[in-house]
Amino acid sequence: MDGNLNMIGYGLAAIGPGVGIGLIFAAYISGVARQPEAQGRLQSIAILGFALAEALAIIGIALAFVL
Amino acid sequence: MTTMFGITMAESGGEFSPPGPNSFDFGAVPLFTVGEYAVTKPVVQLLLGALVVFVFFYAATRRASMVPGRMQFAGEAAYGMVRNSIARDIIGSHDYRKFVPYLVTLFFFLLVNNAFASIPLIQFPTFSRASMAYALAALSWVVYNAVGIRKHGFVGYLKLQSVPSGVTPLMYPLLVPLEFFSNILVRPVTLALRLFANMFAGHLLLILFSTGGLFLIEYGGIGYIAGPLAWVLAIAISFLELLVQFLQAYVFTLLNAMYISGPLADEH
Repeated sequence: MDGNLNMIGYGLAAIGPGVGIGLIFAAYISGVARQPEAQGRLQSIAILGFALAEALAIIGIALAFVL
Repeated sequence: MTTMFGITMAESGGEFSPPGPNSFDFGAVPLFTVGEYAVTKPVVQLLLGALVVFVFFYAATRRASMVPGRMQFAGEAAYGMVRNSIARDIIGSHDYRKFVPYLVTLFFFLLVNNAFASIPLIQFPTFSRASMAYALAALSWVVYNAVGIRKHGFVGYLKLQSVPSGVTPLMYPLLVPLEFFSNILVRPVTLALRLFANMFAGHLLLILFSTGGLFLIEYGGIGYIAGPLAWVLAIAISFLELLVQFLQAYVFTLLNAMYISGPLADEH
């Protein structure tokens, strides 16, 4: 069985952003549950946080193919 | 027509060849040439995407009336979504109007180009070729820097972007290069990489599950169960991809609005 060790490394590296994105959306959901009228404001903030946390996973996948 | 990488067992010689970056190489194969320039599939898609956006908004605004027709209603709903939830909320009601045309065009151009990944017969996300994403990020880099330089002047803008406020000057040697690096140099790269890698990874997953399903069925035995299961998953992933396509277009536009709003916001 052959393959690239980079992919295992990427799998491990994706744990961090995965947990981070989970936390962001958990906070967003509980925020909306407490105050449904704040959904509009919270949504763009949540997606922004998601995008920033996701950037780490993106850098990871780019490096996994490049290195 | 032969495939560039083995899909069926006979083509790949009994071994499963996993999809990789080279699965996207046909995006660099010229379809035809115009003078000195070779035109590839993603280039055609870019032009088609621009055309679709233009035709949609042209048709929506051509016969604008007080009582909107069906096309006008669709156009206004689409325009209002970006205008209100991205431009006005992020840039602020004072000077968001100038940037609405740019942001609306950007959003729908991205949306159509990402949707090409799922539209039958096209089925190739334009921005899974990294050069396309870098070009788009370069455009937004020019826009947000130009906005900042116009408002604060060249030196003032550099100072705003690289000197953090509320920090003791002792920390400047450490923080100023870091802030400059992150705000001026890294931003366009992450902007491009985010779009590119999402489109790339999503398409890669689809290739993996479709070709893997075929391989398993040809392999026989337990593959007769696992193969169709892989295809069912491929369909599920296609729906996930539809969500990702929308989300990435939204995030790209949202971050553009954020970067524009940075230098425009008043100091507190």
